Amino acid sequence: MLIRRPPDIPSSEITPRELYMKRRLFLKAGAAGLAAASPAAAAFFGGDSEADRIGPGPKPYADAPRHPASTEEEPTSYKDATTYNNFYEFGTGKDDPARNSDAFEPRPWSVQVDGECHKPATLPLDDLLRPHTLEDRVYRLRCVEAWSMVIPWVGFPLGDLLARFEPTSAARFVEFTTLLDPAQMPGQRSRVLDWPYREGLRLDEAMHPLTILAVGLYGEVLPKQNGAPLRLVVPWKYGFKSIKSIVRIRFVRERPATAWNTSAPQEYGFYSNVNPRVSHPRWSQAKERRIGDGLLAPKRETLMFNGYGDQVAHLYAGMDLTKHF
Amino acid sequence: MGRILPPQRYLKPVVFLLCLAPLVALVWRGMGGDLGANPVEAITHHTGLWALRLLMATLALTPVRLITGWSGVLRYRRMVGLFAFFYALLHFITYLWLDQHFAWGDIATDILKRPYITVGFGALVLLVPLAATSTNAMVRRLGARRWLRLHRLVYVSALLGTLHFLWLVKADIREPVLYLALFVMLMALRTPTLGRFLPGAAAGRGARPRGRTGPRP
Repeated sequence: MLIRRPPDIPSSEITPRELYMKRRLFLKAGAAGLAAASPAAAAFFGGDSEADRIGPGPKPYADAPRHPASTEEEPTSYKDATTYNNFYEFGTGKDDPARNSDAFEPRPWSVQVDGECHKPATLPLDDLLRPHTLEDRVYRLRCVEAWSMVIPWVGFPLGDLLARFEPTSAARFVEFTTLLDPAQMPGQRSRVLDWPYREGLRLDEAMHPLTILAVGLYGEVLPKQNGAPLRLVVPWKYGFKSIKSIVRIRFVRERPATAWNTSAPQEYGFYSNVNPRVSHPRWSQAKERRIGDGLLAPKRETLMFNGYGDQVAHLYAGMDLTKHF
Repeated sequence: MGRILPPQRYLKPVVFLLCLAPLVALVWRGMGGDLGANPVEAITHHTGLWALRLLMATLALTPVRLITGWSGVLRYRRMVGLFAFFYALLHFITYLWLDQHFAWGDIATDILKRPYITVGFGALVLLVPLAATSTNAMVRRLGARRWLRLHRLVYVSALLGTLHFLWLVKADIREPVLYLALFVMLMALRTPTLGRFLPGAAAGRGARPRGRTGPRP
């Protein structure tokens, strides 16, 4: 038999619809007023603004076609990606690069390409870029410090550029160098690293189709703090391999000395492939904090080769990745 | 009209509020969504840094007495020390909860295998008995001599805390080295060899807590 329970709240106490609608309107107006009053309140009430999420514009590369290797994951907010950077040339704090890069002039710019190649040249940036079609590539970025982002880069395959200079059969590695100019890069006035910053790839890594040179992000021109005007992006390696503000690309026979590997060889290997099974001597690499996940979100599991193993694992077939970390 | 309040009457609440200010600032930034792209890291660094700063401040009070001769400064040692412990505890809770999400296996591995976490954990653990015996009743129960001997652990804790900072940075050791230098200086100033040259040493001798019952209320 069905027993009818009386309603918990007598109807006399239920607020009439028109009244509560009015209250809601009032609360909304209040929140909106607060949100308009201060950006801090906006962040608290309504999350990030449009400009914070996708960038303030303009977007000269908005039409760059999306490359199929792009991840479907939600990109990190533009604000986070451009205010939380490791770029020691402008200071060692995460917010230093955005704050201390005013004096840096990424244009005009030229890049020297030389070493073991048939057509060495020093080219102005526009000439360097002209033959290449820019693409939108959304890649995961995994920092060696166990945090990660998702960045929509604008760039083109490094291999296409390298081929133009016709490397000789002696070329085994590619060495990259960042601008050295303490007047523009105040972080270089302290000997935190052995300046200029240098990085390197094995030639087959450099020629791999996932390896790109980037000139933009979020459809916009690459900001100074993200490595303007030209930077490397190697998505299966820890972020520090993706050298910024490149002035020189050199084909070499021997494995080049690289900045972090020189600074602490036992901590930062030449390869530095993302590998959850090989800890940094001082911290675990098994998990990562995805920037933007929020205060209470747990870390995510780090993926082998940052999730690009299907494409790149063959490069390291037969190698002991614990030894060649 | 009332007389001018003696400093010890109003200085205590002032010191209390000063010690609380970093936490208030952190909460304020958090409410304003102003903790940056990595709020967990921001909270971890803020609480850790203030634990270390207040630990150094605690160690600075004896040299301040030796230099100025003002022994009243030692009145604030217990409060500042307890605040250092409070921030260290917040730092540890941030690590356990926000950073590790109570993944006890990973936490145990960190503490056992990562030297910078081992020493940081050690620095916190050493502060526990000091905080637990910080009441007047505990000073009486232990006796001044034993209490003082126990509380020398604060030197070890401050050293471990500084090493924790030094060993966690990637390449820029300038800031932790500054703390290490400060620690060495604060330790040197309290050695009898150096201490007797300090202007306030003689004046403060009568009031020094050595042989007294430790910090007064």
